[in-house]
Parts: sequence; structure tokens; C-alpha cells
Amino acid sequence: MGDLAIFGFGQGGWGLALLQGAAMTLLVSACGLLIGAAIGGLVAWARLSGKLLAGGVGQAYAALFRGLPELLIVYFVYFGTSTLLTQAALLFGHEGFVGVPSFAAGAFAVGVISGAYQAEVFRAAYLAISRGELEAAVSVGMNRALMARRIILPQVLRFALPGLGNLWQVALKDSSLISVTGLTELMRVSQVGAGSTHRPFAFYLGGAILYLVMTVATTRVFDIAEARATRGMRRATG
Amino acid sequence: MDFDFIAKTFNRLLAALPLTLSVWFLSVVLGGFVAAGVTWMRVSGVRPFELFARTYVMVFRGTPLLIQLFVVYYGLASLPAVRASVVWPFLRDAFNCAVLSLALCTAGYQAEIFRGALLAVPHGQVEAARACGMSRLLMFRRIIFPIALRHALPAYSTEMISMVKSTALVSLITLWDVMSVALKIRNDTLITYLPLILAGVIYFVVNYIIGAGFLALERRLSPHLRPRPS
Amino acid sequence: MAAATPALTVDKMHKSFGQLEVLKGISLTANDGDVISILGSSGSGKSTFLRCINLLEIPDEGVVTVAGETIKMRRRRDGRAEPADRRQVDRIRSELGMVFQSFNLWSHLTVLENLIEAPVHVQKRPRAECIEEARALLMKVGIADKWSHYPAHLSGGQQQRAAIARSLAMRPKVMLFDEPTSALDPELVGEVLRVMRALAEEGRTMLVVTHEMSFARDVSSRVMFLHQGLVEAEGSPQELFSGSTSDRFRQFISKERG
Repeated sequence: MGDLAIFGFGQGGWGLALLQGAAMTLLVSACGLLIGAAIGGLVAWARLSGKLLAGGVGQAYAALFRGLPELLIVYFVYFGTSTLLTQAALLFGHEGFVGVPSFAAGAFAVGVISGAYQAEVFRAAYLAISRGELEAAVSVGMNRALMARRIILPQVLRFALPGLGNLWQVALKDSSLISVTGLTELMRVSQVGAGSTHRPFAFYLGGAILYLVMTVATTRVFDIAEARATRGMRRATG
Repeated sequence: MDFDFIAKTFNRLLAALPLTLSVWFLSVVLGGFVAAGVTWMRVSGVRPFELFARTYVMVFRGTPLLIQLFVVYYGLASLPAVRASVVWPFLRDAFNCAVLSLALCTAGYQAEIFRGALLAVPHGQVEAARACGMSRLLMFRRIIFPIALRHALPAYSTEMISMVKSTALVSLITLWDVMSVALKIRNDTLITYLPLILAGVIYFVVNYIIGAGFLALERRLSPHLRPRPS
Repeated sequence: MAAATPALTVDKMHKSFGQLEVLKGISLTANDGDVISILGSSGSGKSTFLRCINLLEIPDEGVVTVAGETIKMRRRRDGRAEPADRRQVDRIRSELGMVFQSFNLWSHLTVLENLIEAPVHVQKRPRAECIEEARALLMKVGIADKWSHYPAHLSGGQQQRAAIARSLAMRPKVMLFDEPTSALDPELVGEVLRVMRALAEEGRTMLVVTHEMSFARDVSSRVMFLHQGLVEAEGSPQELFSGSTSDRFRQFISKERG
């Protein structure tokens, strides 16, 4: 088949498979980012709480996952949870290896890594909120829950947007490592296509271009969101 | 707890550390040179150069390192033009491909760090240097570079650590680094956690040392940022 | 008797930023020992004028001559002016000392290192000699004990005095001061003005853009009042401050006093 034709959508064309892989990449990265947001929020809250133990645990978590290779974490999560599941299945009498769905393991691994960095983004965003605004909220009689919901959370999100945009790009790229679990995201599809058609250069280059398109397009989305959200606000960074 | 097994595994992993570190060191240094060139193009004022530099950074920061690695190792090797060329003896070797690919990738990140550092040099101090009659080269060497260096150190430290983590990917192109050895042990013995945990410890310690080293360097170079002496 | 070569002459300087013409033809002659205060409201072009003299800004038209040597200029293809000889510009800059409003000491060097940096690396003088001279200058401006401190650890007044010493270390023919006290807290202004007064009394040639009327009136030998890019009034302090014929100048000083 001709060089460009293999990327087509017809018979023997890989165009559809690649696009599906890209969609899977977007999906698993988004799930990973959300998991990371939950973890990051928790760790940030622990570090900001002022309590020594919680703060220490939070800091240790961040330090640990920032010092370990992402690939190692992917393997650890995938094999590790599979092992756990296999052993649990043994208890129920099921023999043999039980694999954790690679999507779940992959998203969780990306989330665990992202969480360590998101914690720092949220913490900095919270610290950037002017104390005066919080005092004003207290003085009009807002209780803590109301203040958290109406004043703190929206502002944290606004200040965190630039950092989060950056971490989204990181999540997209980290998701390529999930290919080692067999998940058919973009990297894996490129790999399979390269092997099947014996055209590694075309497939890996094509995959890279698709990743670039995703990165650029989603960066634009984040830029627009940032512009909308920080209308009329002083920026966290000068 | 089979201490014998732990010790043996640990030793096998340590034996692979030199490979990991040499890939890291060579790619960081090569990447530094490429980044210097890219940064120079970026601030040159010549439009085509600037455009190239911006595109370079966008491409290498916008795509996963894994796919860049595969393009170089698997992709280039499959092209007849490359096989026939003078660079083929170099590109045949997985180690060389790894260093090249990692270097090109880190260059993109390092270029952005350099650019930010240059922008952080206070313009007034540059003007004072001009007003003294310093030539452009002298000004860069004595004023701009030292100040930019100090601004770049924290971000550079992060990038150095990131590169150590990136070396784990070379396990996927047939190199026997710490990651590969850990996986092999796992596959041979079916013991999941221990090899990976020990590998993690090694990576963590290496990264810790690098981070501490850069912190010490920052402290030494920045007496002017410390609090006032009493 | 032949007149001595003026320390600095500027002939009909013009400068525009885009459509806005900031300097509309300003000329000046400074002889050795002249202390010329340049006054004017913001937008009058006084800082731009000073910065064009040592080519931190490039004038569109005009000739600058320092101790008899004219800075060679040429026209680019797009019509804009540029210096013809970079080396000459560097050399002349090393003969003109500039003191900035925001001090601009080099943050990564100690005070002493700031002072010897240009003498050693630009003027290529022996290091030991530069250090000795620097120490003497620091004593002169009153911060001898701060030689090993970093600029960040000094007060504004101390930093500016260090900046003046840094300028003096170059053994300049003419010193240019660009609003040297405008960025200082009021109680620190005095110490800097005292140093500048001492320099004037020594016979240094100084051009000072300033808002400090006391300095203009009591220390300078000549005062130049700029208004919208032109010299509106010029003369000795007595002429201008006691009985100036210029309405605008009288308006200006009454506002400044206010």
C-alpha cells in the first residue's frame, strides 16, 4: 500500500485505529488527571492543615512520586494490583493470573503521579488567595463551608489553571507509557501498526504528529479557559 | 524475608546503574549544547531562526519521549536512506540512539529554562553594563550569564531529575538499564514487588543526591539572596 | 586665546518614539567643571536626552562630541540612525559615567566587585590598582565598611552611593545622573545629594536630570529647563530662579515647591 494510504480509512487503512487510539489516550489521560486532582487536593489539604503528621505524610507522598520513574510506577501499579487481584481470586478458588483492566491501572498510575504535582499547584493557588478576601467573607458572616464553596474553591481553580494546563500536557505524554500494559491507546496502536506493516518510521512519526495535534489543541482550550477565568483578576504570577 | 535474595537482587540492579547514569549524563550534556544553540536562535532577532527555535521546543515538549525514542531507534533504522548513510554505524547502536533521542528531548525543556532565565535578568543591570562600555560579549560573560545561571538552577535541577526518570524508557529499546534488570528478575522469579521496590529505591536515592547537590550549588552561588548578615 | 575643548557638546538632537517626537532639537555645551541641572516636567524629554548622549537610546539626529571626539553615526537602509563604530561607542561609554534612578548595581557581585568590574574588564587596568582605588572611593562616599556586602543588603541611599562610586571608578570625563534621588525615601535623599555636591565642588563635569530644586539652585553652575522637547529656558541658577522671563518655568518651580 502507498505511504499515505495506510493512514486512510478504507480497507487495510489504519486511520480509524489511530484516531481511536487517540481518543483512548484522551480518555485515559482525562481520567488520570481527575484522579490526580482528587489525590492532589487531598495532599494539598493535608499540607495546608498545619498538622504535623498530615503535613509530613503529604510531603512524603509528593517527594516519593516525584522521585520515581513514571514507567516504574506504571509497572508497579499494573503488576502490583494484578498480583493483589490474583491472590484475592485464589481465595475464591479461582486459579491463574487475573489481570487488572489496563485502563483502570493506567489511569490510576497517571493519577498517582499527577497527584503529587497537582498537590503543589493547589497549595500554591490556595496561598495566592489574598487574606483580605477571606477576612471579608468571615466578616459578613459566612461559615466555613460556605466560604470554602463560594470564595476559596473558585479562586483556587482560577489560580491553578496555568499549572493544571501544564500538568494536563504531562498526563497526555505519561499516558503513552500505559502502552506497556497493552491498552490500545495511541502509542500502542502506533506500535502495533508499525509491527504489522513493517513501517515503523511512518507510524511513529504519524503517532507523534497526532500527539502534537492533541497537545496544541488542548493547550488552546486551556488558554481560552484561563483568559475567561482570570478576566479582571490580578494574576498569581506577575 | 529472604535477605540473600534481596541482596542478590540489589546487587544485580546496582550493576546496571552505570548504564543508566551514563545515558543520563551524556544526554544531559549533549542536550545542553543543543539547547544553548536553540536558545541562541530564539533570542537572535532573526525571524526564521526564532521560528525554528519555537517549533523545536513545541515539538519536543509536545510529544511523548517514548514515541520520540521509537522514531529514532525503530523508525530511522528502517529507512533505507539512513542505512546507507554515514550515520548508520552510529544509529545501529541502541545506546547511541537512546542518548541522541533523550538529548534532543531534554534540549527542548532546557531551552525553555534558559529562555526564562535570560528574561529574568533585570534590564537595569544590563543597561548599567552597556553604560560602562562593555561589549556585547563581555556583558554576556560577566553579567547576563552569571545572573541567568542563578535563576535557572531550581528549574534545571527539576529537569535533571526528570531526565533520570526518563532513562527508564531505554529499557524498551533493548538496553539493560536498572529498569530492564528489575523487570527481568520479576519475569524470571515472578516476585512482583521486591525487584520493583528495590529499583525504586535506587532511582529515588540517585534523584535525592542530584537534588541535594543542586541545592548546595544554589546556596553557594547565591550569597546575595540570603538574608542580611548581622 | 583659544578656548579649551568642551568636555561635551550636543548639537541639535532629535528623537522620536514612533509618531511622538520627544526631542525637537536640543543643543548643549558643557565645559570642564560645569554642573548642569536639567529640569522639566515628565514628558519633557530630559531623561531621553541624557540617555541619547551615551547612546542607551539612539538619537534620530544630532551630533555628540565627548572631549573633542565625535561619535560617528550612519543611516541604516530603513532610514534609522545607528552608531557607525561599535568599538568607539563602547570606548566613549567608558569615559562617560552614568548613575541611574534605580541604581542598577549588579546583584551577583559584592559592592567592591561592582566597582572594579568595568575598570578591570573594560578598561583593562591592573586589578590591584582598581581595588585600591575602589576602596578609596568607597571611603569617599561613606560606605567603606560595606565593601564585601551584596547590593541587596544595602539601603537605597547606600546603593546609590555605591553606584556613584562605581561610576567614579571608571575615571569618567563627564558624569551623567538620571534622576539619582527620585527612587529614594526622603530621609535617604540627603546623603546622596551631599556626595553629589562634594563631586561638584571638586570640579567634576556633571549633567544632572533632577527634581531636587535645592541642588539645581545651590550647586549647579547652569540650569536647563526643557519643555516638550525644546530648551525653554537656560542660564545660571540666579538668572532662572530669581528673575526668569519664562512663564512656563515659573509655573514649573511653583508646582515643584508646592
